[in-house]
Amino acid sequence: MVAGVDKRPVGAHYGLRDWLSQRITAIVITLYTALFLGIVLWNGGLDYAAWKALFAGNAFRVATFLFMASLLWHCWVGVRNILMDYAKPASVRLALEIVVIATLVAYVGGTIQVLWA
Amino acid sequence: MTTAERPVDKPRPVYLDLFAIRQPLPAIVSILHRISGALLFLVGIPLLLWYVQRSLASPEGFQAVMAPFATPFGKLVLLVLAWAYVFHLLAGLRHLGLDLRIGIRLQPARSSAAVVLVLSILVALVVAVRLW
Repeated sequence: MVAGVDKRPVGAHYGLRDWLSQRITAIVITLYTALFLGIVLWNGGLDYAAWKALFAGNAFRVATFLFMASLLWHCWVGVRNILMDYAKPASVRLALEIVVIATLVAYVGGTIQVLWA
Repeated sequence: MTTAERPVDKPRPVYLDLFAIRQPLPAIVSILHRISGALLFLVGIPLLLWYVQRSLASPEGFQAVMAPFATPFGKLVLLVLAWAYVFHLLAGLRHLGLDLRIGIRLQPARSSAAVVLVLSILVALVVAVRLW
């Protein structure tokens, strides 16, 4: 320990929020994956009519949106961690982070369009 | 104590050559967790969105989306992405366990890393058999 350092390790962007959101989103993704695989395997594969009917249900749409939102949030934390490690010049890192954020927000829009259009 | 007063002045490496070091299994699982995650973000998610959109749009779209699964390249892409998804998920579950202080000692951590790797390969094999 360094003497004279008196910082609380929580409460002011020390990474706890990223750490926690990465785990909560991971659990949502895992649960949805189990649900989706369960539905597909239970029906022994889906044809177009069954696939269409599945996505017509509002509960499934909401669950899918929750999954996609978690997935994209999870992406942000993970990709940002990678960029912090390898994209050293701050300008390059910032530019890449903007591209990633824009892409993820576009994906959220795409998800809403696919589910409710 | 200044540098000159050091009792032993061993030559020390100024950098670590990652390819010269034999990585322990948990380190391999760790870097694969990162690589599989990057792959899923760069290729998996855009492909997933595009596929779901097309498959729901029309019966023709549904057929068109299923068509690549019949080509060797399409199968390969699907297999790699399926492995990446399963591996990333299993490595993540292992991580949640470590967070809860389950298996944090050296030997269990090595064993669980091996389990993640072997299990993901087994699932990939099942997917491969189903595809071909």
